Amino acid sequence: MNDVGLDSRQAEALAITTRAEEAQKGLLRFLTCGSVDDGKSTLIGRLLYDSKLIMEDQLKSLEADSKKHGTVGERIDFALLVDGLEAERQQGITIDVAYRFFSTARRSFIVADTPGHEQYSRNMATGASNCQLAIILIDARKGVLTQTLRHSYLVHLLGIRHVVLAVNKMDLVDWSEERFEEIVDLYRAKTTNLGFGEVTPIPLSALEGDNVTLSSPNMPWYSGPVLIDHLETVDVAVVRDDAPFAMPVQWVNRPHMDFRGFSGTIVAGAVTPGDAVVVAKSGKPARVERIVTADGEPGRAVAGDAVTIVLDQEIDIARGDVLVDPKARPEVADQFAAHLFWMSDEAMLPGRRYILKLGTEQVAASITTIKHKIDVNTQEERPGRTLDLNEIAVCNLHLGHAIAFLPYAQNRDLGAFILIDRTTNQTVAAGMVTFGLRRASNIHHQHVDIDKARRADQKAQKPCLLWFTGLSGAGKSTIANILEKKLVAQGAHTYLLDGDNVRHGLNKDLGFTDADRVENIRRVGEVAKLMVDAGLIVMASFISPFRDERRMVRDLLEPGEFIEVFVETPLDVAEERDVKGLYKKARAGAIKNFTGIDSPYEPPESAEITVDTTSLSAEDAADRILDYLKAHL
Amino acid sequence: MTFAHSHNPRPDILRYAERFSGRAPAARPQAVSEHLRALEAESIFIMREVAAEMANPVLLYSIGKDSSVMLHLAMKAFYPSKPPFPLMHIATGWDFRDMIVHRDVLARALGLKLIVQSNEAAMAEGRTPFDTDSREWARMMLIDALKAGMDANGFDAAFGGGRRDEEKSRAKERVFSVRSVGHGWDPRNQRPELWRLYNSRVAKGETIRVFPLSNWTEFDIWDYIRLEEIPVVPLYFAKHRPMVDRGGTLIMVDDDRMQFQPGEVAQDRLVRFRTLGDWPLSGAIESDADTVEQVIAEMLGARTSERQGRLVDTDEAASMEKKKREGYF
Repeated sequence: MNDVGLDSRQAEALAITTRAEEAQKGLLRFLTCGSVDDGKSTLIGRLLYDSKLIMEDQLKSLEADSKKHGTVGERIDFALLVDGLEAERQQGITIDVAYRFFSTARRSFIVADTPGHEQYSRNMATGASNCQLAIILIDARKGVLTQTLRHSYLVHLLGIRHVVLAVNKMDLVDWSEERFEEIVDLYRAKTTNLGFGEVTPIPLSALEGDNVTLSSPNMPWYSGPVLIDHLETVDVAVVRDDAPFAMPVQWVNRPHMDFRGFSGTIVAGAVTPGDAVVVAKSGKPARVERIVTADGEPGRAVAGDAVTIVLDQEIDIARGDVLVDPKARPEVADQFAAHLFWMSDEAMLPGRRYILKLGTEQVAASITTIKHKIDVNTQEERPGRTLDLNEIAVCNLHLGHAIAFLPYAQNRDLGAFILIDRTTNQTVAAGMVTFGLRRASNIHHQHVDIDKARRADQKAQKPCLLWFTGLSGAGKSTIANILEKKLVAQGAHTYLLDGDNVRHGLNKDLGFTDADRVENIRRVGEVAKLMVDAGLIVMASFISPFRDERRMVRDLLEPGEFIEVFVETPLDVAEERDVKGLYKKARAGAIKNFTGIDSPYEPPESAEITVDTTSLSAEDAADRILDYLKAHL
Repeated sequence: MTFAHSHNPRPDILRYAERFSGRAPAARPQAVSEHLRALEAESIFIMREVAAEMANPVLLYSIGKDSSVMLHLAMKAFYPSKPPFPLMHIATGWDFRDMIVHRDVLARALGLKLIVQSNEAAMAEGRTPFDTDSREWARMMLIDALKAGMDANGFDAAFGGGRRDEEKSRAKERVFSVRSVGHGWDPRNQRPELWRLYNSRVAKGETIRVFPLSNWTEFDIWDYIRLEEIPVVPLYFAKHRPMVDRGGTLIMVDDDRMQFQPGEVAQDRLVRFRTLGDWPLSGAIESDADTVEQVIAEMLGARTSERQGRLVDTDEAASMEKKKREGYF
């Protein structure tokens, strides 16, 4: 026993763990990207194998698997070690982001292994979003491919400043220095405009192990670092302690009446008790009284720390608020420009409302303008009105209310966001704020002395918008027409906006794609809003097949003003009526995107009024709506 | 079950719980590396997101070392509040007795609500792990009981202690993993997960499994247990125990329900467990490592991954992925 009460065995054990502890100097998160068959999985398998992290039982199952599925003959197929899911093991491709862990004497690593082929590049962006370094693999035989440039651009877009250009399969080009230089020169020429902080080219063979963890005897002409040395020593520190303090509030911590704290992770700068802070959105000031953690109350907390902050006075703060340094407040606006990476099979439609999550804030958002799309292969700007899976564009977004944010280049946590579809709940896009737009806040509404109430009084009626939705041929216009005659007969001031008529004028530039349908409804919604403001009872008769767009119009108006009238007619009945002969044409293929035939109709979930035209005549339907208006207005 | 002694069997747990009482001046028992501090902060962030965004979360507490770390992080994340969710243990009736003691003492000492969920019907039928196929056993006693527990309590989110380094199919698991109404998991239809922006929106009936320890390795877990002095079940440490050697797997005779095969006798062996579950299905390793430091030292020298001792997992390749699709973790 020594003087601290350890026997020799314990002392030895402690010495080992202490050594391991010292080894944990830091953490590097990197991703590997490249084209199919460039050997990403093999490279990672090699790193795990060479850093002795493959256990005996795993090695046994690897040897068995190599015989069964392997593609490298009798040798161990390292790719099988990391390709996890059954389906891809059989197909021989990586279809998702896999995370791997290994450590060396100098560093711990988390590797995001990401897929190469185009339809999965959303997963590459996913892997890249949390990484500090990227390894871009190139097959020495194939050289710089379109995919190489696409991956490089994505890596750049996601703010990764450290790039390793791993020229793999050097064994298959006879370890040729000339070939290596040729590839590196071409790569540099094609990516100079990206502004990578640093590109480190390394010639290697993942399969044979050359220049992965040991210097290659086959390439004596190469004098640079082997891959693992570079990964262990590259300086990726992002010094954010001296940036102005910012902490998004995640959770209000209130165990009892005497304690009210704001829990969150500091995303920039440092904070000390006594510091002045403000709530970014409201501008309300306070001072930090205490920083609370389960490990005591530290005198200072910095970026990356998860803490609970207690302020010296009660001010109104909720999840989504950001506590910031009063001398350096982030932007607060309801519009900004951003790079948007579309990740859904369903196309992005301008005007449609999504849920935006940025920091801990969630807010309704729509894309108002696509300024331009970016060709990921050439980085050329192209015009566009919608975005499909894996497309990238610079867009303007409009939010339901103002939020606090920073440009992505300045702060990932306050500059990155995702868009969520309101119906499917899928994450449909990733975005990076480029800068805020102040247009909306600069154009103040012109004050007018005569307002909606005054105009409505003059007409002795309560203005509203009756929104008729239903299939083509359901009877929307017929019913609306009868209803308007009855209303006018009773002295009401009305207007009927009809789908067909609007398309001859205001919206004659629009077609019938999903994007154009959304824009059609947006414009009609805005016009109807002005008419309601003028004090009119407005009837709008539009197929308006999507719930989201009807909700968009509803949100434009004040509560109670939007009355959804679902003209319910089964498809077969509408098709049989076929008043305009359109169904026949659609069935014959002469009309594309026809609602009910090859374009969906989403029936309302809670319409104010539903009229079933199989049991009600148009006259009766109009009377029923009239009854509703009498009861509710 | 009665304890042989009337005093508390786990004084270490009571001392531990005192750290979160707010009475004693708290400080980290030992300095923690930058790497572990980063992992700790990440896990706390994830847990707070769930508490803030989900209506009715639960922490799936398996009593093992990963669960111990997860619970420790939950205690930290919401301090001075208690974690705003209960613990749920899926009990099979064949858990090691030491595990049940650990569970009950810890939950009581920390003042947390504990739900114990079991497949009562299968238990009543008298099914035992000795006469049931191990995959069938896991489906019945773990998967079905877990689903029933989620449904009965209306939980919309469940924290699990899964780590990406454990097994190949877990390497691709999201931190927030959506499960369909029947608790199924579709590996081809997972949401992209970028930055720290977790999408927690689900339709009615869907649930989310959340894995706050996704980026921890087995070494990180043990090193954190060592530095933070987190109590774990004593079975992780070497001790002389009554063991049966069955085809190279060392099984502990934890109570008199052991079904001996002809010629088998319990032998006193110095062993410890790397993973815990039902005692008839948990293989021990011979070891003299009886402190956390020695366990870590042994692990650093070991060349066998931790799941090898788990009989439930070795049945066929990719069995973990199959179980996940069926609703297990």
